[in-house]
Amino acid sequence: MLIGGIAVITRKNPVHSALALIITLLAQASLYLMLYAPFVAGVQIILYAGGIMVLFLFVIMLVSIDRSIRERQFNSQWIVGIIAATALGGLFIAVYAKGSSIFPQHVLPAVENDNTQKIATMLYGQYMFAFEIASLLLLVAIIGAVVMAKKRI
Amino acid sequence: MHEILQYISSYLTSDKTPGVAGNMFWAFVYIMLVFLGLSVAVIAMNWLERKILAHMQVRLGPMRVGPHGLLQPIADAIKLLLKEDIMPAEADGFVFWMAPLIVVLAAFTVFVVVPFGPTHAITDMNIGILFMLGVSSLSVLGIVMAGWASNSHYPLIGALRSSAQMVSYEVAMGLAVVSAILMTSLNSEGTGTLSMIGIVQAQMAQGEWFIFKFFPLGLVAFFIFAVAMVAETNRAPFDLAEAESELTAGFHTEYSGFRWSLFFLAEYSAMIAVSSIAVTLWLGGWLRPFPNWLSGSPSDQIFSFFPGVTFLFFAAICFFNTVRMPKHPLFRIQTIGLAGFGVVLGLIGLVMFYPPVSVRVQDIFWFSAKVAGFMYLYIWYRGTFPRYRFDQLMQMGWKVLLPMGLGVLILTAGVALLQEKIWHL
Repeated sequence: MLIGGIAVITRKNPVHSALALIITLLAQASLYLMLYAPFVAGVQIILYAGGIMVLFLFVIMLVSIDRSIRERQFNSQWIVGIIAATALGGLFIAVYAKGSSIFPQHVLPAVENDNTQKIATMLYGQYMFAFEIASLLLLVAIIGAVVMAKKRI
Repeated sequence: MHEILQYISSYLTSDKTPGVAGNMFWAFVYIMLVFLGLSVAVIAMNWLERKILAHMQVRLGPMRVGPHGLLQPIADAIKLLLKEDIMPAEADGFVFWMAPLIVVLAAFTVFVVVPFGPTHAITDMNIGILFMLGVSSLSVLGIVMAGWASNSHYPLIGALRSSAQMVSYEVAMGLAVVSAILMTSLNSEGTGTLSMIGIVQAQMAQGEWFIFKFFPLGLVAFFIFAVAMVAETNRAPFDLAEAESELTAGFHTEYSGFRWSLFFLAEYSAMIAVSSIAVTLWLGGWLRPFPNWLSGSPSDQIFSFFPGVTFLFFAAICFFNTVRMPKHPLFRIQTIGLAGFGVVLGLIGLVMFYPPVSVRVQDIFWFSAKVAGFMYLYIWYRGTFPRYRFDQLMQMGWKVLLPMGLGVLILTAGVALLQEKIWHL
């Protein structure tokens, strides 16, 4: 996952960056698997790697990339970058040093067998409101895309 | 040494798939068997497609290479291996090399969860169907990469069209699959399952194949999936992206030799994979016809003869054609070859009558027979229907199949709820 992430930001060719992003997303799916969440891993592969990245690749391929490959790469904000990276690194070291005392005492049992069923029960039961709001958000996005792309409304 | 033998033989008495039982050795053996079976199936599909298309078009197809063209796929494979491997000049080398690899990997990894029987699968994930849909959507990426890396406009247009088509029909496929999964939850606990083996067992428990359930909803869902799966695998009549008269050869124009054969292999494997999904979800997987209605000793016995009888039937066809071969001395080798092939098929048929073999082979036989039916349908579609224009294709995917899929899902959910609340009070 780290190699994929580094490759995304260092490649000159945007298509190579997109492919490295796909590798990163697949590695994330396997992280979900290791956390006993097979449903999220499967959905991640279907939607992210198989849907969204295809759309990314469409856009990248339809936009001419000859100029961007030949451009010299620059990083003129290196001071801000170093400060942000140091802060994040300090956070990681602090969490690691403190150990497991930060996290809550009892760990929820990691269920894998009926993971999908439990997600469904919670999503359609307890978190139904959030689910509907999220679908409304997607509807707004679709309507916005149609409005922007149509010639006459 | 003794522990190794213990490890290997402890699986033989378990009733789970090797993946679920955690047995690496047998999982590896199953993987090799599935891979081998798949390769044989792809080779057979190549020959069958050319012969069946030819017979539908009132001509003979390959007749020269082996008896009735039986060795034609081998000749094709040798030719493809020996061809020069061309890479276009300005093409992106790494992506060009990776694209067929991704498509083949995606097409073959899908078979890890395909259930040939209650324990005859490599593993049984509890997100089985989700895994299959997800990994087969990764092949779209390979196609896009192939079109782009060739650095010429025909493959690029072909790849973009092909991937747009595949993404659109994935939506319709997903909705049809969801409505079938909904039917698995009509048991006493009220929870369904996403695992492939679980879906077939739900059909067994509910006593009817899902294609006949809530008639005609199961049938419409099956129909939507059957159309979407043909579009998903870029086969006729949705093969605009690779049709020779439209775009030279679409996204695999610049690929030659072995790389092209990888695409070709992946296409047939994907066909078999989505047919396996359709068979598992709607046609009862490995269940023989009428598992509950005609159960018991005489029906079981009769149905257990089917594998052997099928192979003996094929052997009889071979012998019949051997007798009909031209009596010219140049045809002697072909005649002997065909007779030998018939003898091999007959021996396999006779072996399948032997009870220990017959018991194990039943599930695999019925599953393979149903998938073979689907393969015949694929070839039939190719020989019958004219090609869809690209805008007609996209219109059908979004304006016809998607509303139909939504409608079937809502109606299935409604009828399932009615059945639970009203008829089981």
